[in-house]
Amino acid sequence: MKRVYVNEKWCLGCHLCEYNCAFAESGLSDMVKALKGRAIRPRIRVEERGNVHYAVSCRHCGDPVCVKGCLTGALAVKDGAVTVDRKRCVGCLTCVALCPYGAISPSEDGPMQKCELCLETAAGTPACAAGCPNGAIVYEER
Amino acid sequence: MLREGENGNRIPSGCAISGIFSRDGERISGEKVMRSIELMHDRSNGLGGGFAGYGIYPEYRELYALHIFYNDRAAKDDCEKFLEEHFDIADQAKMPVQRNPRITDVPLIWRYFVEPLHTKLAESQLDADEYVARCVIRVNSELAGAYIFSSGKDMGVFKAVGFPEDVGRFYGLEGYSGYCWTAHGRYPTNTPGWWGGAHPFALLDFSVVHNGEISSYDANRRTIEMYGYKCGLLTDTEVMTYIVDYLVRRKGLTLTEMASVMAAPFWSTIEGMPEDERERHAYLRRVFPGLLVTGPFSILLGFSGGIMALNDRLKLRSLVAAEKGRTVYFASEESAIRVVEPSPDRVWSPGGGEPVIFTLDKGASSCR
Amino acid sequence: MPINYILPEFEVRRDYDRCICCRVCERQCANLVHRYDEDAGKMLSDESKCVDCQRCVTLCPTRALKILKNENSFRENGNWSARTMTEIYRQADTGGVLLSSMGNPSEMPVYWDRILINASQVTNPSIDPLREPMETRTYLGAHPSEMRRDAEGRLITSLPPHLELDVPIMFSAMSYGSISYNAHESLARAAAELGTFYNTGEGGLHEDFYKYGPNTIVQVASGRFGVHKAYLEAGAAIEIKMGQGAKPGIGGHLPGKKIVGDISRTRMIPEGSDAISPAPHHDIYSIEDLRQLVYSLKAATEYKKPVIVKIAAVHNIAAIASGVARSGADIIAIDGFRGGTGAAPSRIRDNVGIPIELALAAVDQRLRDEGIRDRVSLVAGGSIRSSADAVKAIALGADAVYIGTAALLALGCHLCRSCHAGKCNWGIATQEPELAKRLNPDIGYARLVNLVTAWNREIKEMMGGMGINSIEALRGNRLMLRGVGLTEKELEVLGIKHAGE
Repeated sequence: MKRVYVNEKWCLGCHLCEYNCAFAESGLSDMVKALKGRAIRPRIRVEERGNVHYAVSCRHCGDPVCVKGCLTGALAVKDGAVTVDRKRCVGCLTCVALCPYGAISPSEDGPMQKCELCLETAAGTPACAAGCPNGAIVYEER
Repeated sequence: MLREGENGNRIPSGCAISGIFSRDGERISGEKVMRSIELMHDRSNGLGGGFAGYGIYPEYRELYALHIFYNDRAAKDDCEKFLEEHFDIADQAKMPVQRNPRITDVPLIWRYFVEPLHTKLAESQLDADEYVARCVIRVNSELAGAYIFSSGKDMGVFKAVGFPEDVGRFYGLEGYSGYCWTAHGRYPTNTPGWWGGAHPFALLDFSVVHNGEISSYDANRRTIEMYGYKCGLLTDTEVMTYIVDYLVRRKGLTLTEMASVMAAPFWSTIEGMPEDERERHAYLRRVFPGLLVTGPFSILLGFSGGIMALNDRLKLRSLVAAEKGRTVYFASEESAIRVVEPSPDRVWSPGGGEPVIFTLDKGASSCR
Repeated sequence: MPINYILPEFEVRRDYDRCICCRVCERQCANLVHRYDEDAGKMLSDESKCVDCQRCVTLCPTRALKILKNENSFRENGNWSARTMTEIYRQADTGGVLLSSMGNPSEMPVYWDRILINASQVTNPSIDPLREPMETRTYLGAHPSEMRRDAEGRLITSLPPHLELDVPIMFSAMSYGSISYNAHESLARAAAELGTFYNTGEGGLHEDFYKYGPNTIVQVASGRFGVHKAYLEAGAAIEIKMGQGAKPGIGGHLPGKKIVGDISRTRMIPEGSDAISPAPHHDIYSIEDLRQLVYSLKAATEYKKPVIVKIAAVHNIAAIASGVARSGADIIAIDGFRGGTGAAPSRIRDNVGIPIELALAAVDQRLRDEGIRDRVSLVAGGSIRSSADAVKAIALGADAVYIGTAALLALGCHLCRSCHAGKCNWGIATQEPELAKRLNPDIGYARLVNLVTAWNREIKEMMGGMGINSIEALRGNRLMLRGVGLTEKELEVLGIKHAGE
């Protein structure tokens, strides 16, 4: 299964992945309209200190701890990808605490959100990888 | 009158060529080749025609036959002074011609049978061929108004501005006999009025008739001029004749090797060849890159004792060959062969880049 | 406080309706031009530091940024341009020699743009490169003058060492130090994939790149940086750098602060020391000394590699080239005055040297006049900007061309001409690891391959149009060119006719 992988050697910490992610998620066709004046909550985040940068997003683990810990079954594995059923999520934040990568976070309106490989977005393919200017983020099978 | 080479005039043309070769040395009259080229009348436009005959001067076989055009008496006097200083002249006479209303602006045409002056030849430390070649190039590039258009032994070029069949009759070629004849009719896209520009082009006993227009012309000219040749006419035929002379006479290549330089196979073809052929073709192509000829051409190269036909690699000009008994025929069109030989034993089309070479049979001499 | 005479050259114009404050511009500008102001709640820019490298403009996801020439202007003056005036202010401030990077940008004639190419029509068919073989394979090196045959009369096919190129385009010398490790890796990998060569420049060869040796030309420059036996043996050919088009008459200069770590080790000089190459090679004061070096290098590599001599295009280039051709060199590389550089004194870059078009034509003709053109191959460089320039160069007489600036443009350079500051925002002309990271060789080498492949296809189209199907037939084929808007003398030097003739 193809996943989003980050090559830390080439990550420049430009944060474009975060903005592309937020834009893809908005469902709008104009980035300015989608993101102007808003604080974004991207599903991929750049962690950095000094000269080291690294973008983190859901690893779609083979044996996901978050799914095991989800109280309501909102988190589930669908075709290999770990997804959130927004209607079931009650916001208990158990998954946020459990995820070893810190890949899950609350969305603007309550339910948890995480990278779902852009399978439902207009982009159709992970926007973070498509928009990375230095080939640090790739979408491939390993 | 626009003269080839003057002010850098380069005149491209389409044409017709024809050739007949007797492998057993049987000498035939020029009538046959005239009839052959006449059939291809529409491939010319009357602005140039010419013939080369081999074996036509048996009584002077060891002497160089110089055919020279002169614009006027003054040019003739200058040139003859040069000839007297450099050659022993055994015979000289006005070229016999038959006046013809379709051949106009006739210059003075003279013929000399010569050999290099022994003392001058020894002083020059050259062999006779190189000596004669240099003299010819010198006259043609330095003596204004004089042009040596044939300089081989026991062979001669006959050319003029006009349709080839008219040119042939003008020189009375039906009265000459040779074992090899080549002919050319020209269709230039300009109006040259100068006889020297017609084909064939000859140096020593190499004569070339050519149908085509080579796109590599200037690359070839600038390469061959490094070796002492002067491309005064700026014609394809001139540069190709010089390339043949350089590769065969001065560098000692065989005709097949020379063809592999001029019409070198594509690298992809070379790579598919067996090892020693591959090395040989690659070597020749890499040593003489400036002498590769591209652009459509089909040439008949005449030389003492033989004839070679060669097409460019992509065969962008027609060339047909035929055989009947011991006689071979070449022409731009099959009809031109059949008009003189209605039932050949075989007819074929030589492939692009493939040299077709015929030489006199062993024991055949050019004096039958 | 002294008066600041150096006004900002550029203005950063941001369309605030489009800006989403993503701060990518702030993060990606090595010159610290942009910043996010919390109080104002928007992005602000300090244009005095902007060099117009276009990094922020290209990365901005909403295309909110533009870099414009600062409209603030001095009074118009046909003699004293703003640039000239500012240069004097700089020198009055610092007392220093003005330094510039990349090639001469001044308004001097570009002859490539005044030369037109032929096409075959009617009397001679053009050839279709999609359906017929169209050969651009090129061999660089000397040609033997004698044919030798063995006892059976077969030709002995031994040739002096040649470089075999699949395309008539090579990457020009750019030293490790002036450009980054990643830039070199991109060039090396692209050269290997394209079947051509790249040049180490005078910075030596990093050991990680020895594996690309068969596609590497190793350079021996006046400073002899990084020159040792293994270096000479690693390359496919050795280039003696006698001069460089951007700065004829002087040697290279890499400031001490760029001589760190791998650079210092590869060049074989101590860290922090300025790498200033001497103007001449101190063992070559005349042509016979050059001959000695050529043969020393050949002997050191067992006569297995061709030796290239690179000369800058100067006034008596034809005579110099003639001397070089007789010195045993196999290939002569001529670098015109528009050639690029990492750093050079501005006055030398802009005023010294002559155009490559004229130099190439003069050298090719002189070598033919002397009957020695086939002793060497000629490579032309110094602003070959497109496949059309390459075709014109070959028709004037070159066997192949060198591209430098064009290759860097493919890697992302935007010709901001600030290389000498060492803060290249594209990761090319810098040694700072944070900046060098920006050039990912996986992306870089693919772009170089694309560029040269595209040019090769265009060359084939133009050749086909001329009725030529092997590049040897284009070399020196001056009748395929015509000049337009050139004087008699220019046409004469170029050896071409005027359009219409």
